[in-house]
Amino acid sequence: MKRLNALWQYANPAKFMALSEKLLWPLAVLTLACILGGLIWGFFFTPDDFRQGSTVKIFYLHVPTATMATGIWFMMVAASLVWFIRRHPVSALAAKAAAPIGIIMTLVAMATGAIWGKPMWGTYWAWDPRLTAFMILLVFYFGYIALWQAIEDRETASDLTSILCIVGTVFAVISRYAVNFWNQGLHQGASMSVESERAVADVFFYPALVSLVGFFLLFLWLLLVRTRMEIRRQRIAALLARGT
Amino acid sequence: MMPDLGQHADTVLLAYGVSAILLLGFGFATWWSAKKTRDALKAAEALIKSEP
Repeated sequence: MKRLNALWQYANPAKFMALSEKLLWPLAVLTLACILGGLIWGFFFTPDDFRQGSTVKIFYLHVPTATMATGIWFMMVAASLVWFIRRHPVSALAAKAAAPIGIIMTLVAMATGAIWGKPMWGTYWAWDPRLTAFMILLVFYFGYIALWQAIEDRETASDLTSILCIVGTVFAVISRYAVNFWNQGLHQGASMSVESERAVADVFFYPALVSLVGFFLLFLWLLLVRTRMEIRRQRIAALLARGT
Repeated sequence: MMPDLGQHADTVLLAYGVSAILLLGFGFATWWSAKKTRDALKAAEALIKSEP
């Protein structure tokens, strides 16, 4: 409990800036190593799938980015709840900083899914439960950013975007579990899951796992950079307000 | 070195190409905005300090 309480000190922007500065370079190196390691391993050193042929190589991009697309929304919900309960400014700014990263992960997941879908399903897009839920999740990401842009007062913006974030959780949950809720549509069940039995062979699973770790680290790195940027923007606004 | 991607070579390369463009583009945009914000903060702090 004492250790958990010690974590709250990093909600102080000055302490967060000092700690994050030390983490940026090691995290960047680790991120590159994991992403390149996972993708090179998957692309060059794994066999083709007996049914999907070489398109299975898209798996190492599609699954990690799709996992991160929903995972980032859950992180934003956690940060929003911290904002509601403890009013720590860094948590609201971290949620704001995470949203554009969520959009990029969702776009990469949807683009790779569409490209993969054409030879496998015969179409780039279908109104399948999981695909539709991802489309709605993308709209929620854009709506979340638009709401931040629309409100000038930071506290009000933090409150309202936190509410939107919590409401949008329904679609993040549906995006992740749609294939379990509705046993229909083109999309297959989860390939990599901690809850159910693994649906892919080890030869495909391990490079994808390294790639997933890499994309998670990429998210952390981008989150640190973008949160630092948001803190600096606030500082600029405060300085300019004081100067006028 | 390049693996034989067979009849789906275009599909696989397109998926990797689109992902690389999106991720590298976003990474570069983030780095550029962060740099501009850092410079703007330095300028704002210098302006405040220079005021009597």
